[in-house]
Amino acid sequence: MNRLSSRHVLGIEHMTVRDVELVLDTADALKDILDRPIKKVPPLRGRSVVHLFFEPSTRTRLSFELAAKRLSADTISVSAASSSVVKGESLLDTALNIEAMRPDIIVLRHPLSRAPHFLARHVDTPVINAGDGTNEHPSQALLDLFTVRERFGRIAGLRIAIIGDIAHSRVAHSDIRAFSKMGAEVTVCGPGTMMPPYVEALGARSARCVEEALDGADVVMALRIQKERERRALVPSIREYAQLYGITRERLRLASPDVVLMHPGPVNQGVEIAPDVFEDPRSVILDQVTNGVAVRMALLSLLIISDTNREGGGT
Amino acid sequence: MTDLLLRNGRIIDPANGLDGPGDILVRNGRIEAVGHGIPAPDACLLLDVTGKWVTPGLVDLHVHLREPGEEYKETIESGTRAAVAGGFTAVAAMPNTLPPNDSAAVTRFILERARDAGNARVHPVAAITRGRAGKELTEFDDLLRAGAVAFSDDGSPVQDAGLMRIALEYAQGLDALIISHAEEPALSEGGCVNEGRISTLLGLKGIPWAAEDIAVFRDVALAELTGARLHIAHVSTRGAVEIIRRAKGRGVRVSAETAPHYFSLTEEAVLDFDTRAKMNPPLRTEEDRQAIIEGLADGTLDVIATDHAPHSSLEKDVEFPLAASGIIGLETAFPLSLALVRAGRLDPAHIIRLLSTTPAQILRIPGGTLSPGDRADIAVFDPERSFEVTPENLCSKSHNTPFLGTTLTGRAVLTLVGGRIVHNLLGVGG
Repeated sequence: MNRLSSRHVLGIEHMTVRDVELVLDTADALKDILDRPIKKVPPLRGRSVVHLFFEPSTRTRLSFELAAKRLSADTISVSAASSSVVKGESLLDTALNIEAMRPDIIVLRHPLSRAPHFLARHVDTPVINAGDGTNEHPSQALLDLFTVRERFGRIAGLRIAIIGDIAHSRVAHSDIRAFSKMGAEVTVCGPGTMMPPYVEALGARSARCVEEALDGADVVMALRIQKERERRALVPSIREYAQLYGITRERLRLASPDVVLMHPGPVNQGVEIAPDVFEDPRSVILDQVTNGVAVRMALLSLLIISDTNREGGGT
Repeated sequence: MTDLLLRNGRIIDPANGLDGPGDILVRNGRIEAVGHGIPAPDACLLLDVTGKWVTPGLVDLHVHLREPGEEYKETIESGTRAAVAGGFTAVAAMPNTLPPNDSAAVTRFILERARDAGNARVHPVAAITRGRAGKELTEFDDLLRAGAVAFSDDGSPVQDAGLMRIALEYAQGLDALIISHAEEPALSEGGCVNEGRISTLLGLKGIPWAAEDIAVFRDVALAELTGARLHIAHVSTRGAVEIIRRAKGRGVRVSAETAPHYFSLTEEAVLDFDTRAKMNPPLRTEEDRQAIIEGLADGTLDVIATDHAPHSSLEKDVEFPLAASGIIGLETAFPLSLALVRAGRLDPAHIIRLLSTTPAQILRIPGGTLSPGDRADIAVFDPERSFEVTPENLCSKSHNTPFLGTTLTGRAVLTLVGGRIVHNLLGVGG
């Protein structure tokens, strides 16, 4: 059975281990397309993917659009600024109208947590969450898993350290769930103002200081400060944040000798990552971006396959 | 008006220390006699209510009727119809209407609409501040003369402690009641569920218990300072219960209510019911829920009020953070309260005290008792009767309740307001 257990990809929360493995294996098979001179294959020919981006995004949006185009889908992009959202049209109304035009997949980026879940309840079209508020960013977590598996050949048993704004980062929420679901041990660390209550409910242990979190880590994930999420500043200064939580060459020595450094982007160099570390060969930050296209190709094609099978009576 | 004899019900009237079988005779809109074997006068409707509870009509200290201004959610007519369907004969209507009830003109309008509707009695709660904007006091005396029974900026707490002090001092001079929506907005801002495990799992901004506790503490301290009468609305936290318990121990003139959802559900309900379980204050933890029940049991919490807050799908069928807070409650309050009796936590008379006797006393309105000579505001409940909560079974215009689709046990089968039958599931009389 090569199909996902759900017809939407709303969050790692709802994915089974088998789902995750299926996405990673599919992405593996699709990745070599990206290295061909002609980077286009036909599985989604005649299919249309609508990208609804109600929040600014460069890499996620480009990555999804490229993924859809590589699979020969027709893609349409709608952003908040150019849509009826500015006229006060509700998400539900927008979605129902889009659905009435019979797209095959809706990819939604939204500033409010759980907006894709709301959408999925009201439309028949499969929905992919491309990031919702402070909740989840499942495709990012899947590409992170993919990148780690590519490097280590496994995920189970690895020690993952996630440093920064855990509370307001949807990437952190998805990554904690994803890595712990696949058997890795996740430790998080950040200023008290950036730690969610009951972080262990997501599957992570919290460390008291960054040194403790990095100790023996196989993967170090640095996060961006989410300045746009809170009205009040959560740290006294960027300088102090960098001093306390920035990933420096010295701090990286605490980690495993084979450590890889990751970041979901965009990186504030000199804040969460020291500039010399960013250029370090142990950094796989740009591999993450490449793998993002493959993982999103996998998600799109798996959702189409699952949906086609369902229409055909579920073979 | 037909005279009525309710025969052989279980009469529960905490004000008169009654809980046992008996008859009630209603003549000319008033309770004429309560006792055993009352002979039926001529031309009197005789109703056998064996096995049913006969209680003073319930009094809801906290409802939102949405009129004027948001009649698509609820009207005074539909809201009071929901009230009598739930066994309530009087409700206190919060002032967050459009325009808000901050003037005698609006107060009189509400009373007039309620009279026209002819269902439950409506007692307007007027705003503490003009436009509920938290800047300057409304004309308390004028509003009281027009028929307001208390003052509250419900939904928008008075943020300025100095202004709250002035409101309490001025109210104290008039012996008026101030109702506090206790919330520290600097802590609750942007939050939409209880801060804790569930807010983390859902990736939603939380509202910490401290946002409520701090505000309750502030207003209790101000009540103590000024000697004014203060009522704390919709208590949801363990800490707030404890603050109120201690204040009462010191003799502070504070009373408090909680709502059925706070002793029936926890934050976990948001996982299942989504925006139908979104309210302010939010559903809390099991520890809070137990503390609320304990507070009801030991008298710290005086009242069960519904905070009936109708919203249409326009406000609820949206992204969670955008969804309006609040659930309807008039038609589910009795069965949910009865569940506390079934669980062995409270006895029936205590439930009626919380739902009728005490709220009437706090508001200083008639009702809440079954004394001969009283206006016949009476409810009859069948504690065994189950019903499914469906849009068709609800009288409220809105259906925003996490209990939608569930079956609840305990239902008002007859409601009398001033001796008139305004709700009747007995299939006789009317």
